[in-house]
Amino acid sequence: MSTFLGMPTAPPRSPYGTGHLRGDRTFPEAAHDELRNEQLRRNLGRATRTIRTKRLDVTGELPDWEQLRDAGSAIKTDTMNRLPELLEQLERKVTERGGTVHWARDGVEANEIVTRLIRATGSSDVIKVKSMATQEIGLNEHLEAAGITPYETDLAELIVQLADDRPSHILVPAIHRNRDEIRQIFLDEIPGVDPDLDNVPARLAAAARAYLREKFMTTRVAVSGANFGIAETGTLTVVESEGNGRMCLTLPDTLITVMGIEKVLPRHQDLEVFLQLLPRSSTGERMNPYTSMWTGVTPGDGPQDFHLVLLDNGRTAALADAIGREALNCIRCSACLNVCPVYERAGGHAYGSTYPGPIGAVLTPQLAGMHAAKNDPNSSLPYASSLCGACFDACPVKIDIPSMLVELRHQHTEQSGTTAEKLAMKAAAAVMSRPTLFTAAQKAASLGRAVGGRDGTVPRLPAPFGGWSDSRDLAAPPKQSFRAWLSSAEGAETMRAAAEEGAGRTADTPEEDR
Amino acid sequence: MTTPTARETVLGRIRDALALAPAPDTVIPRTYRTGRTLPDGERLALLTDRLVDYRATVHPCTADRTAEVVAGILNERGARRIGVPDGLDERWLGAYDGEVRRDSADVPAPSLDALDGVVTASAVSCAETGTIFLDGSPDQGRRALSLVPDLHVCVVDLSSVVAGVPEAVARLVPERPTTLISGPSATSDIELERVEGVHGPRTLAVVIRTDA
Repeated sequence: MSTFLGMPTAPPRSPYGTGHLRGDRTFPEAAHDELRNEQLRRNLGRATRTIRTKRLDVTGELPDWEQLRDAGSAIKTDTMNRLPELLEQLERKVTERGGTVHWARDGVEANEIVTRLIRATGSSDVIKVKSMATQEIGLNEHLEAAGITPYETDLAELIVQLADDRPSHILVPAIHRNRDEIRQIFLDEIPGVDPDLDNVPARLAAAARAYLREKFMTTRVAVSGANFGIAETGTLTVVESEGNGRMCLTLPDTLITVMGIEKVLPRHQDLEVFLQLLPRSSTGERMNPYTSMWTGVTPGDGPQDFHLVLLDNGRTAALADAIGREALNCIRCSACLNVCPVYERAGGHAYGSTYPGPIGAVLTPQLAGMHAAKNDPNSSLPYASSLCGACFDACPVKIDIPSMLVELRHQHTEQSGTTAEKLAMKAAAAVMSRPTLFTAAQKAASLGRAVGGRDGTVPRLPAPFGGWSDSRDLAAPPKQSFRAWLSSAEGAETMRAAAEEGAGRTADTPEEDR
Repeated sequence: MTTPTARETVLGRIRDALALAPAPDTVIPRTYRTGRTLPDGERLALLTDRLVDYRATVHPCTADRTAEVVAGILNERGARRIGVPDGLDERWLGAYDGEVRRDSADVPAPSLDALDGVVTASAVSCAETGTIFLDGSPDQGRRALSLVPDLHVCVVDLSSVVAGVPEAVARLVPERPTTLISGPSATSDIELERVEGVHGPRTLAVVIRTDA
């Protein structure tokens, strides 16, 4: 146990300019272009509708779904509170069972560790299980620059990799592509593929099977992520569908697993909660086809050389934020993406981060910050929401995403320095807290009718408020304020008549719409 | 002064973070369903329903018919050369006349690709989710064996079938390499349309022994 020497300092975010936690333009700019892609909107709309229905069917089937969510949320909160001891326990258990544990302060360090471990095996190829953590740190690009070829083996990741594209969804990274596009990608990029390949999903999947089979049988090193790491036993878990995960976790001689430090769980028993929450929230299945659990090295079964890389990369910075730390509870199910009206239309690329959708809009700024540069694109993410709350309802670990978005908006405006808008809001607050000033201001505002158009709207406000009126019309101020009307003779008469009418009705009017 | 290691730095950052934003202790409410039991008939019906939903084939039988049922499945699928874990009950193969290769750790995993199928036992099954757990015991073998061949015939004793996920997790030995199987391999990566059979066995046949 270490002791504190002096004051605790705020941990650093993921280093600026590394990995995939920041787009190159703001959300509104990116969404503006994405929204013009009708194919994307059709593909996404269809896919998210389908998965929403499936999820509701299988979550509704469990009478204790809400109790499972409560338990999942509490286990995650408890985990974050005890993170140092749990990580040390996990490290000890993995080491006892023949694995090697590495720690990485950030993505750059994790990439270097993985590259060094692969080089030590002498292999120039590596097969990969779909992993958000390695996507986040840009491992593939790093490996390629180091002369190592990474092969993504998840079907959707393969499609994305072959097309030199970027994932647009946590669970189904190629959700933005339809079958015709995928057929064309395979025809263009898979060596020796049947030129008569059609667009039937089963035959497209068979083409991927044939292509990857040889890679599975011959590649000696695999890289994976992890869904859960059990501190109590040192057991790691990967949840998947296709069997590519099993192939990577079982056949090679060397396995390197990159896991965010927040993925640790205290007890083996906790799996009884998350193995119910995750598949039902994620693919809308009662259980995903395959889940693998392994503990260090098992003689005669699977890789005999196992490395676990524990990754910080801004997670401790998130942990230092009393509200923001809740984003670390995420189990990457993607239910919040599928229910989000903004994600459904804009798609995943508009967020510019490995983590799109509602959870991405809170997690990305927590990991990488929002003010790392002038006009940081991440500062637009908390506004990529209508705050409708559907994400909160869908989250299996009850992350209050809307409240976190509001908090991040607050942090953003606090950070943004003195702007004309901020001064105006400050003036408004001063005026509204004093009745005489407020009345005077309302009188002055009615003069604003002068700028109103013939239809009673103000089409464009003068600077600095022009941005606000770009996408909306403002009703011109009325001739008279409500308060002025109420204190007039006409107002007093109307109120008296309404009161009399109301008194006559209270006794026999049934209450409605309570 | 020595430079702190990454381990010391990360653990130090976590302690700093928790000191900057201290949180109260959390009590975990485990009020969800645990320790459920269901009669044999209900567990059988539930497991069968789930497996069929995943498009696995289900073959209920009494224990004395195991060999006959296993051979029937292998023959129907045209499996002439199969692999089995070293500890599999040899009586289960008594009615099969094809080639049987007993697996061992020194057989290179890629050579398993030459097998038409594999027959294994199982550790635990969860009826509610249709999930079979393999834990690497001698009658289930190493993980590669039940993965590489395209046909997996899995024998499940009804006495090892439990109601829900908590009951199944409680029966596991955590340190064993464990594989949860819920139907044949599948993907929904193309327009979210489910397709059975990607990299794992494309056919899963489950023999449920109702009196074992």
